[in-house]
Amino acid sequence: MTRLDDRAGPSEIGVAGYNFAYLDEQTKRMIRRTILKAVAIPGYQVAFGSREMPLAYGWGTGGMQITAAIVGSDDTLKVIDQGADDTTNAVSIRRFFNRTAGVAMTERTAAASVIQTRHRIPETPLRDDQILVYQVPMPEPLRYLEPRETETQKMHALSEYGVMHVKLYEDIARHGRITTSYDYPVLVNGRYVMAPSPIPKFDNPKMDRMPALQLFGAGREKRIYAVPPYTPVKSLDFEDHPFSIDRQPQNCDLCGSHESFLDEIVTDDAGGRLYVCSDTDYCRERREAGGVMSRSAAE
Amino acid sequence: MYVAVKGGEQAIDASLEQLARERRGDRAVPELSVAQVKQQMRLAVDRVMCEGSLYDPDLAALAIKQARGDLFEAVFLLRAYRTTLPRFGVTAPLDSAAMTVRRRISATFKDIPGGQILGPSFDYSHRLLDFALMDESESGVSSERTDEPRGEPEPLPRVTDILGQEGLIEGDGDLEGSAPGDLTREPLRFPASRDLRLQNLARGDEGFLLAMAYSTQRGYGRNHPFAGEIRMGDIAVVIEPEELGFAIDIGDITVTECQMITQFKGSADKPPQFTRGYGLTFGYCERKAMAMALVDRALRATELGEDITAPAQDEEFVLAHSDSVEASGFVQHLKLPHYIDFQSELLSVRDMRAKAMARANAKEASDDAA
Repeated sequence: MTRLDDRAGPSEIGVAGYNFAYLDEQTKRMIRRTILKAVAIPGYQVAFGSREMPLAYGWGTGGMQITAAIVGSDDTLKVIDQGADDTTNAVSIRRFFNRTAGVAMTERTAAASVIQTRHRIPETPLRDDQILVYQVPMPEPLRYLEPRETETQKMHALSEYGVMHVKLYEDIARHGRITTSYDYPVLVNGRYVMAPSPIPKFDNPKMDRMPALQLFGAGREKRIYAVPPYTPVKSLDFEDHPFSIDRQPQNCDLCGSHESFLDEIVTDDAGGRLYVCSDTDYCRERREAGGVMSRSAAE
Repeated sequence: MYVAVKGGEQAIDASLEQLARERRGDRAVPELSVAQVKQQMRLAVDRVMCEGSLYDPDLAALAIKQARGDLFEAVFLLRAYRTTLPRFGVTAPLDSAAMTVRRRISATFKDIPGGQILGPSFDYSHRLLDFALMDESESGVSSERTDEPRGEPEPLPRVTDILGQEGLIEGDGDLEGSAPGDLTREPLRFPASRDLRLQNLARGDEGFLLAMAYSTQRGYGRNHPFAGEIRMGDIAVVIEPEELGFAIDIGDITVTECQMITQFKGSADKPPQFTRGYGLTFGYCERKAMAMALVDRALRATELGEDITAPAQDEEFVLAHSDSVEASGFVQHLKLPHYIDFQSELLSVRDMRAKAMARANAKEASDDAA
């Protein structure tokens, strides 16, 4: 972890009147200390003095503060939203770091040293020299069951997660299945129940023992938490109702993949649909490597 | 095919260009100057400074111009600038008794030492549109001032201090040994101390605080308030740098202060006495200062051993939702793409519907067979 501390430094690049990557160095140090604590206690939400960023709360201010604190001039940054590099918010955040830090940008998952994401984990497996930064709207997995911070803190301290299991049980009793389909709660390192941010539960298994460091930033809620490399992350379930992911029946209409999470594109008002990989980089690489073009896309 | 989500880059550029054009409006109309906003939209400037927690009328006016008059957006602009500023030090506590008063009223005594001073107020204006203002005329504005120059201002004693002499109102807390917190540097934790609560309320959205305060008057956490005193005027800001060892006056700011006096029946260890609710804002934000004082008092329920029955008394509810920049951001983030979550929900709902229909069909089939 020493690497985190000597990564960023002042620079001539950027916007006049602002430091490298926008935040002042003291703030970055504060955030790095918070990250170190978060890494030391996997899944525990560490409160930090979140700053107002020049983008609105809810637009990824937590993830941006983490990225600003860890990114250095030798890093290569990738920013995705909904798995895609070209969604407007991903473009906007990439522009922000391009302006304020001038770091190298990439769309290739494998070429990135830091990946900031909203709502997805890339399909391409990550390595231990990469950091995945999640944007988190609601860091508290128990919040919808208990609105009070003073209560949820106690529940975490005492590992009192009964309400969460009751909620999941009630889902099964009423609907025959757990109805949570994204932001599906996980148990990190056998200790803290954690919100994985609103990724589809399809992505949950990727978090388990991931070689890359996973950092989670919630700017408005002023919390940072982490999953260190190779840490067990278990999606909550029951012995007789094991966790399972919803597989989409379709294949990608562009690259033919039946392994990736697909966006459903409405093509007309007569029920026409196109299914394409939400991970645009994964899809493009498969096509470049000669992936099968399916019939509908070739038309 | 499949072009819908491409082209974010060009779309953003085009959007920003349109925004700039719409901000300027019709070029046949002269451009609004920051000085005009600062002079003639002063209450907007004051509100933006207050909720933006940065006392800088020029930058607040610039923010209002840039935000096309959207005050939430202007507050956000000012906040995002403020957060990058270095901290030089902490000022000495403001002495509001030494204020150069432009307005000062008490609803609790007919007359008070120093008198009641209405000052510039909408209170007794009749809300009739003044069509004369449609033209840029100077009508209705006389060049002669009606207020007499007050000469060297004498300190006006606070009404609460007068009550305090008889012990009728609780003390105002003790300053010694307590460094004020700063929730812009450290996250707010619960239960919050009063300094952080007041900081949160001072930055809080006026509309939210107004609604919260109003709810206490309508029975949701009633605390029988009287406007003990409201004063607005200029006050010196003093810092005492450690290396110098003496105080320096760094300038005057306009503030509005409201002291609400509320009933307290007393407890086992306290005789009956009045309690306080406190409101202080940058600039002339009287509605906000009054609302803040009511909400401050409501939030003291735990401290004073009152039952917590209403939202305005609930610290986590009020303090976690008072900030307009946070609230505006999170409500509006719903317009960002959520395709992935929605797709996951679609999968889930389609699966549940398929099972439900299969069950219904099976039941129908067995009913038919019977």
